Amino acid sequence: MTALIGEAAADVGADAGPPASRTGPPRSPGRRARRARYTLTVLAFLLPSAVPLLLFVLGPMVAAAWISLTEWNLLAPAEWVGLENYANLLTDPETADVFLHTLYYIVGYLPLVYVGGLAIALALNTALRGRTVLRGVYFLPVITSWIVVALVWRWLLNPSNGVVNSVLAWFGIDGPGWWTDPAWAMPSIILASAWKDLGFVMVILLAGLQAIDPELLDAARVDGAGWWRRLFSVTLPLLSPATFFVIVISLINGFQVFDQVYAMTGGGPGGATQVVVQQIYDLTFRYGRAGEASALSWLLFVVILAVTVLQIRGQRKWVNYG
Amino acid sequence: MRTTALAGVGIVAATALALTGCSAGDSSGDADGPVTITYTNFISNGGNEENLQAIVDAFEEENPDVTVEVTTLPYADYGTALQTDLAAGTVSDVFDIEYANFAQYQSNGVLAELDPEDPGAYRQSVLEAYQADGTQYALPSSFSTVVLFYNSDLFEAAGVETPTADWTWADEQAAAEQLTDEGAGVWGDHQNVSFYEFYKVLAQNGGEFLDEDGTAVAFNSPEGVEAAEWLVGKSGTVMPTIEQGQGTPDNDTNLFLDGKLAMLHTGIWLFGAFADVPFGWDIAVEPGNAQQASALFSNAVGVSAGSEHQEAAAAFAEFLTSSDVMVQTRLDAGWELPATSDEAALNSYLTLGNPENRQAVFDSLENVALPPVVAEGQQEMQDIMTEELVEAQAGRKTVEEALDSAEDRINAAIGG
Repeated sequence: MTALIGEAAADVGADAGPPASRTGPPRSPGRRARRARYTLTVLAFLLPSAVPLLLFVLGPMVAAAWISLTEWNLLAPAEWVGLENYANLLTDPETADVFLHTLYYIVGYLPLVYVGGLAIALALNTALRGRTVLRGVYFLPVITSWIVVALVWRWLLNPSNGVVNSVLAWFGIDGPGWWTDPAWAMPSIILASAWKDLGFVMVILLAGLQAIDPELLDAARVDGAGWWRRLFSVTLPLLSPATFFVIVISLINGFQVFDQVYAMTGGGPGGATQVVVQQIYDLTFRYGRAGEASALSWLLFVVILAVTVLQIRGQRKWVNYG
Repeated sequence: MRTTALAGVGIVAATALALTGCSAGDSSGDADGPVTITYTNFISNGGNEENLQAIVDAFEEENPDVTVEVTTLPYADYGTALQTDLAAGTVSDVFDIEYANFAQYQSNGVLAELDPEDPGAYRQSVLEAYQADGTQYALPSSFSTVVLFYNSDLFEAAGVETPTADWTWADEQAAAEQLTDEGAGVWGDHQNVSFYEFYKVLAQNGGEFLDEDGTAVAFNSPEGVEAAEWLVGKSGTVMPTIEQGQGTPDNDTNLFLDGKLAMLHTGIWLFGAFADVPFGWDIAVEPGNAQQASALFSNAVGVSAGSEHQEAAAAFAEFLTSSDVMVQTRLDAGWELPATSDEAALNSYLTLGNPENRQAVFDSLENVALPPVVAEGQQEMQDIMTEELVEAQAGRKTVEEALDSAEDRINAAIGG
């Protein structure tokens, strides 16, 4: 989240910058002084987010790049090995496994959280009674610690005495072994993750919905468009900037999925939920292979960067900024 | 009789304390004034925090210039925390290590050399386990074994003879089957499906985990298959399945505490936790198959090679692992056994009762199986072994497939 806020602040700064320069080169000393003061003001505003960003994001990234070129067990001094860690990663079948597991998570999670968030946002954008309270309620899981949420979901989905399987049993359904069965472990994590993040998606989409001019929807209604027609032909196209934001952020978070995996399954059973970041964690802190872990971190960074750049390129085709 | 004997031990302890305490206090105090040293541990977590504090208080009383700041972490998080602290250079002056990880830490140079003032106070075999090339790098704080705990009330109700030292796997299995009563939610037996249980049952079956060079595994043998089958076969017959909660933290001890488990393979460190249960219980040496073999665990403390207070830290490490206060505190509390050479003190342990058959603890020491140790990839070896055995337990692989896969993966991890 800190990184997000940092980026947002940087964007604001970038947007605010050009107008000053667009007015052309400064002609009088008074204007130059004003411009310098303006720059200083902008810098002062940027500082609180730039300093932590440099210290806790850029610094570790550079350090990880260096570590990825060494063999380091965290105890003895690191030894230079060049690109060996990357070569090992690209030939290790486990690397493909952890990326496939991560992809499985994203493919399950993204549609679920988007459609769910949209449904709730649409419902709470009506004159529903108690909607203010409901908005707060749906947002609560977002600000709850993953450890707490994961423990609650582990308990709900407990194969032998969990609430979910107990309720299923009333209907004569023999519930699955949720997080103990490799086939169900990832769906369990996806379910819990979508539930937790629904509120975040809802808030973004709700803001997008409220920015839509009601007259457009009224006009569509007068022209005879039904609810679904209005949703697909008016609301969703106008909501596309918010949708774009949600998808970019959710994809980045999806690639970085860790807390819920660590707390719910630890990568098990039998490695079925071993995702990229869980692998990075295990390599570093369980197996003392920090060099390989850092190389994997950079591989993940490159993948996320590529996916994000593709999305930003692709947005021209479907995102409608009105 | 017992009171007098204990009082005698107490007086001896107090005298010895005063003597050792004075010398330690003098040496570390005068040189550099008051110092504060830090100690991070897992050994006191889960019930022995106050016992550890009692030992620390005694040390501080004898060494007024030294203050010890204690941090206690759960065992499950300890290894990660220690590794992170070592990497970051923020490790405590004194910290716990376990035998299985000693070689790795020692060879990476994070442990300071130690020269205990009274090496004779230690049980020699355990002390030597923490030496490399004749130099001491850690001091053993305790040792413990795994024994067979049993609920004698359940045995009596089912009309089954209680376990004896002569039992074999077959006796255990027959009893477990008779004692299991799924309707009443009572299970006959519990043994974790893990690396630590497997290497031991393998030894009980006459097999070897590693080859002679210690660079490749040797468990994929008929003995290994039989041992793995013995371990995973309990699940779903006389022990809960994974779906029923087997393998989740404290599931086994909670079942035992609730009187729903007849037999439990676990460590003697749980004597304290089981002290107040409302049913009769006792222990026996674990049954073997080809031979008896009991798991021996040992914990130790090391002094950080980077500590700024080497002298005070070493004095504390020695006090923590060999002082009479420590010996008596551990024995009274039923904590893990002190690695002391004082046989008289250990003998007092036999008469403490609850469980009655404490002799089994010493009997189990006669045939111990130490965990296999490799120079590189220790944790991976343990994790892979456990993971593959659990695959067999869950029925997703046959025992043979699991051992084949474990053999390939572990050999790759330990560089064999």
